[in-house]
Amino acid sequence: MTSGRMTPAGTLADSNSSPLKLFSYFSQNRSEVLSWLGYHAWLSALPVLAGLLIALPLGYVARRYRWIYPPMVTLTGLLYTIPSIALFVAMPGILGTQILDPINVAVALTVYTVALLVRVVADGLGAVPEDVSQAATAMGYTRFQRLLRVELPISIPVITAGLRVAAVSNVSLVAVAGTIGVPELGQLFSNGFQLSVDGPYYPPIALGLVLCVLLALAFDGVILLANRAATPWRRVASAR
Amino acid sequence: MIRLESVTKRYPDGTVAVDELSLVAPSGQITVLVGPSGCGKTTSLRMINRMIEPSGGRIFIDDQDVSKVAPARLRRGIGYVIQHAGLFPHRTVLDNVATVPLLLGQRRKQVRAQAMELLERVGLDPNFANRYPAQLSGGQQQRVGVARALAADPPVMLMDEPFSAVDPVVRAQLQEEFLRLQSDLGKTIVFVTHDIDEAIKLGDQVAVLRVGGTLAQLATPAELLSRPADAFVAGFVGRDRGYRALGFAAAGELPVSEEPVIVLGAPLAGARGLTADGWVLVVDPARRPQGWLSVAGVDAAALDGPVTADLLNLGGTLATQASTLREALDAALSSPSGRGVVVAEDGRLEGTITASEVLTRIEARSRGTQPVSPA
Repeated sequence: MTSGRMTPAGTLADSNSSPLKLFSYFSQNRSEVLSWLGYHAWLSALPVLAGLLIALPLGYVARRYRWIYPPMVTLTGLLYTIPSIALFVAMPGILGTQILDPINVAVALTVYTVALLVRVVADGLGAVPEDVSQAATAMGYTRFQRLLRVELPISIPVITAGLRVAAVSNVSLVAVAGTIGVPELGQLFSNGFQLSVDGPYYPPIALGLVLCVLLALAFDGVILLANRAATPWRRVASAR
Repeated sequence: MIRLESVTKRYPDGTVAVDELSLVAPSGQITVLVGPSGCGKTTSLRMINRMIEPSGGRIFIDDQDVSKVAPARLRRGIGYVIQHAGLFPHRTVLDNVATVPLLLGQRRKQVRAQAMELLERVGLDPNFANRYPAQLSGGQQQRVGVARALAADPPVMLMDEPFSAVDPVVRAQLQEEFLRLQSDLGKTIVFVTHDIDEAIKLGDQVAVLRVGGTLAQLATPAELLSRPADAFVAGFVGRDRGYRALGFAAAGELPVSEEPVIVLGAPLAGARGLTADGWVLVVDPARRPQGWLSVAGVDAAALDGPVTADLLNLGGTLATQASTLREALDAALSSPSGRGVVVAEDGRLEGTITASEVLTRIEARSRGTQPVSPA
């Protein structure tokens, strides 16, 4: 897809604004687009990890003290209804950062990830069979050891499902931040919009879409592979 | 030794699960807690390893008050087996068994070697070591559960209906192996079940609990069957208890009669006229009983041939001189000729005994004032 020779001018489409010109657009702006891609990847992945780390204790608390579960899940769920652009803009006020500081995006997306994962973690821990956690207690695990070595490992498949949703939705949310000028793939959409003077100019928009989808697929693949590596016991169980 | 002193469990809503329960589980013996659901047997068990905290009374293991030991440390010293095994699904069989030794900080390599030995000891093929619990049958999982409980060689074991979730054939097998294992290991075991037959089969002593968590009777199985303390225990112990109690009474020297025999492979003609009722006992050349032959039942064509195995009735059970009265009576009742076959320790025929002869023995025992002597 990096090759420009596949789209010699004027053969595949009459107009320079055809979406299929994304390849030539890419080769012309290669270094810039690649840096946006790298930044985009970074900005979507980091909040997933940070969000998971925050959601783990919150989810555990929601599970351990049952009465906390309903308000906790409702509140974190409500976080998701805040429009992303509003959150990006509000962040500097809360964090005291510059408006274009990428930290704003990272923190905002961490908030969304937490919103998604608290419930997932609580439900995942709740799905550990009662006799298994009782056996762990009876073997002499302390509460923390039991969580770390028995309950969390068994919840991995459930948590993985939540992580996949969070990672993919982060890729699309990061793009929104491009509209306020944060340098990532969202810039391609603003560029396309700005270049659409005499009519729509599609190449950067199409390129942005393709790269976002590829990035989301890549994250999904990495998470699935990690899940597979971490849960060999699931494969034998389903193969039976 | 495990000692419960007036142990009570009262929940905040006022429900009393266990009420002033006192009993001693002697070292090296199996104490079975049995009773209907709601009798607090599982609650009592779980108070021993502090999975449930008592609201009154004290529990000692070898004179150590369990409430003075940190729960996690206490539990690492107590084997625990539960109904559905509760194996860790994300760990291999071997790692499941190695759980407690690793928690105790023992060296991984050594622990794994010991775990392999244990797997064989509980009757599991070493090939299962690297499988996951989901790949095992219920009976196999339960064996792993027992191996896991034994792994750190705890002096005390708590077992909560460990064999109730498997089918009756596997259950009987697991019970036999459990008894064999226990005769080697001599653990102090508290065993919970709702099944009185299991309690009588496995227990050195049986504690019958009634709903509300009070002790109805604590006795040996033989005593429970022959002298239930009250109507509740009698009802719970159930039917056939007279017959089952015979299983705890040694038959003693049985008055056997000579039995004419024919050797397997000998000409069938030789069996004719040997006995009045036409049933002839067939033995192998070493005089080990093989089955009963009904001379009248053999069709004319086979009469000229030898005695073959397919002509034999295999219905009768065997009794030995070391048998209980129940086994002796069963040998007579199950024999097609009505004559129960008694063999020596090495399996050779000693003679036969009739049901009425066994009954005479039973009646003589009842007339005596002595208590039932354990088998």
